[in-house]
Amino acid sequence: MQKIVIALAATLIASSALADEQVIKLKPGPGMDKVEANCGACHSLAYIPMNSPFLNAAGWDAAVNKMVNLLKAPIEPNDAKAIKEYLAKNYGG
Amino acid sequence: MKNMNRRHFLGTTAAAGAALTGGFGRLSEAAAAIAELTPGVPEGVGSYATMGTLPGKKPLIQLSDRPPNYEAPIEYLRTPITPNDQFYVRYHLSDIPEVDVKTYKIKVGGDGAATPIELTLADLKAMPAVEIAAVNQCSGNRRGLSKPHVQGVEWGYGAMGCARWKGARLKDILDKIGLKKETIEIGFNGADGPAVAATPDFIKSIPAWKAIEETTIVAYEMNGQPLPHFNGAPARVIVPGWTGTYWMKHVVEINALTKPETNFWMNPAYRIPVGKFPIRDRFLTQENAANTPITEIVVNSLITSHRDGAKVKAGKLTVSGMAWDGGYGIRSVEVSTDGGKTWGTAALGVDNGRFAFRPWSFDIAAKKGKNSVTVNATNKIGQSQTTELIFNPAGYHNNVMQNITLTA
Repeated sequence: MQKIVIALAATLIASSALADEQVIKLKPGPGMDKVEANCGACHSLAYIPMNSPFLNAAGWDAAVNKMVNLLKAPIEPNDAKAIKEYLAKNYGG
Repeated sequence: MKNMNRRHFLGTTAAAGAALTGGFGRLSEAAAAIAELTPGVPEGVGSYATMGTLPGKKPLIQLSDRPPNYEAPIEYLRTPITPNDQFYVRYHLSDIPEVDVKTYKIKVGGDGAATPIELTLADLKAMPAVEIAAVNQCSGNRRGLSKPHVQGVEWGYGAMGCARWKGARLKDILDKIGLKKETIEIGFNGADGPAVAATPDFIKSIPAWKAIEETTIVAYEMNGQPLPHFNGAPARVIVPGWTGTYWMKHVVEINALTKPETNFWMNPAYRIPVGKFPIRDRFLTQENAANTPITEIVVNSLITSHRDGAKVKAGKLTVSGMAWDGGYGIRSVEVSTDGGKTWGTAALGVDNGRFAFRPWSFDIAAKKGKNSVTVNATNKIGQSQTTELIFNPAGYHNNVMQNITLTA
């Protein structure tokens, strides 16, 4: 499943220069690849800058937990941890 | 909805978008703040948002492309009826099929139905038709203005519009299935679905009493045209007075329910704290001690003639905009140019019915320097806008009186 998700995310990212597709350049840093592969599999990465910088570390934790627990995003626990750390560090208030 | 013939995420939309926009795509990969953003939305929105062009739409503020969330700049809200190509777009899930009208069917059933049926678009059109002008406003419109900010799609002023919706009464549809007396809610599912199968499908319900109101319809026309794809083609549910979350797009299932719908999109999503807002419509089969589903739109108004900070000429100046509410109708709109100490009464424009935008206009004498303009609408049951935000975790029902500064 994880491989499928990553492949799909890669396809989406590669396709994102097409036409009216949104181009979101995340801030480079450890965990960015996990964010692109996992978060980007289901939705635009625009949700990250959109919800910044007001979400702090606790806010980003809650956001990722909501995605995993309520919206059932298939994210491995280690990836979820890396994603939370990346978001708090790069997009936290 | 999982059994539809649907396109891939980046299928026809991207291709059609390329065709319509001549393939110019993003002007630059650089993040761009745009002038159309509502002042006060989170800083991050301005770091990337651009004007995006969906097929069949004029440029709208692109908050996200997947799922598509595009809001109208205020210039698009200057007419009492919002043209289809200027109407905002809001989705929760990113797998959005192009529904084939030839094979389209609505399954009408559920455990509260004695005789389930299927309706084609032709069946729907053969039923007695009604047309209602009504505001569709996203529950989260103005979420981006919440202080403190709250998580979600950070809408400014433009996640709303008013259209004439034509279709069949939901009540007439439910009459065909022999509604059992145990029915407490009517549930809706649309053809759109999640990117991964485990994600809860977007399913909503309304109380049975709301479903059988004369004004609740299943519409196939918007402003005299077939519904645009991005506003729910071929047919969507119209719940005048209530926020957009219940107005199921691409509706493919209507279910009479004898038990409350319990999925994520009913609970915990789309909830407001109990007792905090002056709400009349209660959704009691869903209510608990702490929270309850959002129901009717709170009374509100917007200045559409000028942006905050606009440069104007000194002298007589007409400020205008729209006012609306959850279906009681607008009684009056007041404007203050002294920060709320004194108020003048605005002239009201065309009345397209109690669910529609009510245009208003007010002449001010603009002086050299800064001119403050505050607007407050009152509905026909005496409810007015608030001066302070009623904070809630999802950023719903923001009807704080708008205040702008015009500089002459």
